[in-house]
Amino acid sequence: MTAVAEAPAASSVVPSFQVTVRLRRFNPESDTEPRWEDHTVTMHGTDRVLDALHKIKWEIDGSLTFRRSCAHGICGSDAMRINGRNRLACKTLLKDLPLDKPITVEPIKGMTVLKDLVVDMDPFFEAYKSIMPFLITSGNEPTRERRQSPEERARYDDTTKCIMCAACTSSCPIYWTDGQYFGPQAIVGAHRFIFDSRDEGAEQRLEILNDRDGVWRCRTTFNCTDACPRGIEVTKAIQEVKRALLFRRV
Amino acid sequence: MQTHKYDVVIVGAGGAGMRAALESGQRVRTAVLTKLYPTRSHTGAAQGGMCAALANVEEDNWEWHTFDTVKGGDFLVDQDAAEVMAKEAIDAVLDLEKMGLPFNRTPDGLIDQRRFGGHTRKHGEAAVRRSCYAADRTGHMILQTLYQQCIKHGVEFYNEFYVLDLLFTEVDGVRRTAGVVAYELATGEIHVFQAKAVVFATGGAGKVYKTTSNAHTLTGDGMAIAFRRGLPLEDMEFFQFHPTGLAGLGILLSEAARGEGAILRNSEGERFMERYAPTLKDLAPRDVVARAMANEVREGRGCGPDKDYVLLDLTHLEPAHIDAKLPDITEFARTYLGVEPYTEPVPVFPTAHYAMGGMPTTVDAEVLADNSQVLPGLYAAGEVACVSVHGANRLGTNSLLDINVFGRRAGLAAAAFASRAPWVELPSSPADETVAQLEGIRDRSDGERVAVIRRELQETMDANAQVFRSEATLKQALSDIQALKARYQNIAVQDKGRRFNTDLLEAVELGFLLDLAEVIVVGAMERKESRGGHFREDYQNRDDVNYMRHTMAYRTGEGVRLDFKPVVVTRYQPMERTF
Ligand SMILES: Cc1cc2nc3c(=O)[nH]c(=O)nc-3n(C[C@H](O)[C@H](O)[C@H](O)COP(=O)(O)OP(=O)(O)OC[C@H]3O[C@@H](n4cnc5c(N)ncnc54)[C@H](O)[C@@H]3O)c2cc1C
Ligand code: SF4
Ligand code: FES
Repeated sequence: MTAVAEAPAASSVVPSFQVTVRLRRFNPESDTEPRWEDHTVTMHGTDRVLDALHKIKWEIDGSLTFRRSCAHGICGSDAMRINGRNRLACKTLLKDLPLDKPITVEPIKGMTVLKDLVVDMDPFFEAYKSIMPFLITSGNEPTRERRQSPEERARYDDTTKCIMCAACTSSCPIYWTDGQYFGPQAIVGAHRFIFDSRDEGAEQRLEILNDRDGVWRCRTTFNCTDACPRGIEVTKAIQEVKRALLFRRV
Repeated sequence: MQTHKYDVVIVGAGGAGMRAALESGQRVRTAVLTKLYPTRSHTGAAQGGMCAALANVEEDNWEWHTFDTVKGGDFLVDQDAAEVMAKEAIDAVLDLEKMGLPFNRTPDGLIDQRRFGGHTRKHGEAAVRRSCYAADRTGHMILQTLYQQCIKHGVEFYNEFYVLDLLFTEVDGVRRTAGVVAYELATGEIHVFQAKAVVFATGGAGKVYKTTSNAHTLTGDGMAIAFRRGLPLEDMEFFQFHPTGLAGLGILLSEAARGEGAILRNSEGERFMERYAPTLKDLAPRDVVARAMANEVREGRGCGPDKDYVLLDLTHLEPAHIDAKLPDITEFARTYLGVEPYTEPVPVFPTAHYAMGGMPTTVDAEVLADNSQVLPGLYAAGEVACVSVHGANRLGTNSLLDINVFGRRAGLAAAAFASRAPWVELPSSPADETVAQLEGIRDRSDGERVAVIRRELQETMDANAQVFRSEATLKQALSDIQALKARYQNIAVQDKGRRFNTDLLEAVELGFLLDLAEVIVVGAMERKESRGGHFREDYQNRDDVNYMRHTMAYRTGEGVRLDFKPVVVTRYQPMERTF
């Protein structure tokens, strides 16, 4: 038997529709400047922006380049600026966007564009590495697990959800103008350990974040919190790190 | 072309690859080559948990875990390997905790555990709480934690490097591993990595099917590369269809939902699993549940306008409980289907999920060059490998366990081998074949689109080699695949550039998928019985007399050749599989 219907289950209520996607394109081998390009495609029901990009790549222009893998918001590959807001293409349903005008899709800002929607992620991962993102402990390892109460576990739950998509960092106006700032994601990464009851490296991390390019650059614009596809309260996490620095107590 | 030299090269940075890297990297000079940034690997999508008989919340022991693994795998499991895995499971979980993994906790602060399909106490008496978990993000936490440890230990990564070939050199009449050929996505440059030992950890091949929980990038590269180089693939006809994919999309809703009490219902509102598995009901192993669901639909009790799915009902669970234990998967239902799981049941249908088969290995992750001899210097771990601990059907949570136990063993074994073995010369012109293949595709100006052939492949596999199979459907699939392989010879890509040419790589990946689909189907045709994930409508019973054996598929000039080898049986004789 053919196991699965062609369209998603709920799509019977949302009919097919036409979408114009306005892409910001740049081919380093032939373009000197980025350019805009429009494509109009027929999409269905609960299709996402990623489906539209695939349709263009697979049926119209194979050279359109973007990163993606999981297609359900868990791998962090496909953060892009969609209608001027940072989102994951695989988590943004077309039907939730205004379809009477073109949907603009651009690479995330503040990072070097390498080709079309692909940006250089290395500086982003370097910032993460610089905050010592691993459990730091002293003394002998216990034979069984380290104990941690459900309340202690809940203390840092929010920041464990980060998928390193860079939507937050690349929506931060300070990051755009100051290439040295660690950016919100690195602070989220530090928060995850600073507030983990098993960790003993808070002092060292706070010292790193106390730097002029560290946490004090944040102007609390909340762009990062709005951008986060995992619903992490990024600004709150940054505030908590600032407070820990002021009072040296976590 | 650039060349590099490392003692150990690990291909893949998912759970298995990074777990191997942590061992190998601290002992010998090690590089990890990965086509994705490590944190993008599909291990991060795993939700439900990782089983180990910690006995933190109720009585349990590794022997029961071994038994469940063997029985769940419908007795095609190599029992010595299952025992190794179940024993080492406990340390594997504790190691992750010590690395910092944020497991959910009991009120006493221990690692919490919950129920999962097929995991029982006292050899099937009742479901046991064995799965260690971090909400429904266990895989994400494993991937993050291992990546963090790799940063701590300075593991060297080559990100967005696609390995496309495996190199051997004959030394005194014996094939030895010499290295790999990789393609750098950013520049289009070819790199040859000379290595004493190579570990394949490239994950699964779910994109052979259309409806799948697997990422776009899970195209079975490692399996196909090994197969093309003349190495066998074991038990490839066994593919797991996970019962609860979001209908029409395939996105997974973890078995943890049923572990926490969710119930499957048909169009009559009936809890139909009571009929198929009276003891374990909704928590029977996946093959049993997936077939039951497909059968309900086939007999007209499906839901929705086309009666083509069943419902996963969580509405009797407390919203606070759902938020605490299943936050991500309920969000998937909201985001992708617009369904509110607090109040509405979620449309679900089986989705292609996991390759039980793969590159045959020993319990030390050494890859076999034929039915029994190891190939010196080559290792494999994770979904790409077949140890075989999953047999005909993998139990939920046993893959996150597999990648940690056998990833670790692979790293240790590869490092030990590299520290004692001498260097092997690279073959002359090591990258010529790879370059010829790539340039052949890039240079062709006219031809068929990759996406068209891929879609036809996935459609025939969904229609003909899915939950239900028969001689007729498999024949259809095979002739479709062979026709598609012929058409593949004439594909063209539009992107002719060097930088980030994903068009070209998708074409290469399609070639891998076509080869693997053929192996799956040929193996399924030959296996005239039903066992675990492989169900033949024309042979509905398990046949231990003729088929309690592993399939070993080899590539020949005339197509796929099948050979067979016995299953390792230690404690448990095959018995009827009721749940
Ligand atoms: C949605 C979902 C939920 C799951 N939930 C669970 C669960 O709860 N419990 C459980 O036990 N199991 C679960 N599984 C199964 C389990 O997650 C996987 O089997 C396991 O994570 C595979 O790990 P891996 O390291 O083998 O491969 P992956 O994590 O897939 O990693 C593969 C790696 O190989 C690299 N790679 C691939 N090809 C190449 C190439 N040609 N060159 C270079 N690099 C390459 C990739 O970049 C990647 O880094 C789930 C699976 C899915 C899809
Ligand atoms: S905090 Fe949110 S937006 Fe920022 S990288 Fe992590 S998941 Fe992405
Ligand atoms: S493709 Fe993985 S997050 Fe979108």
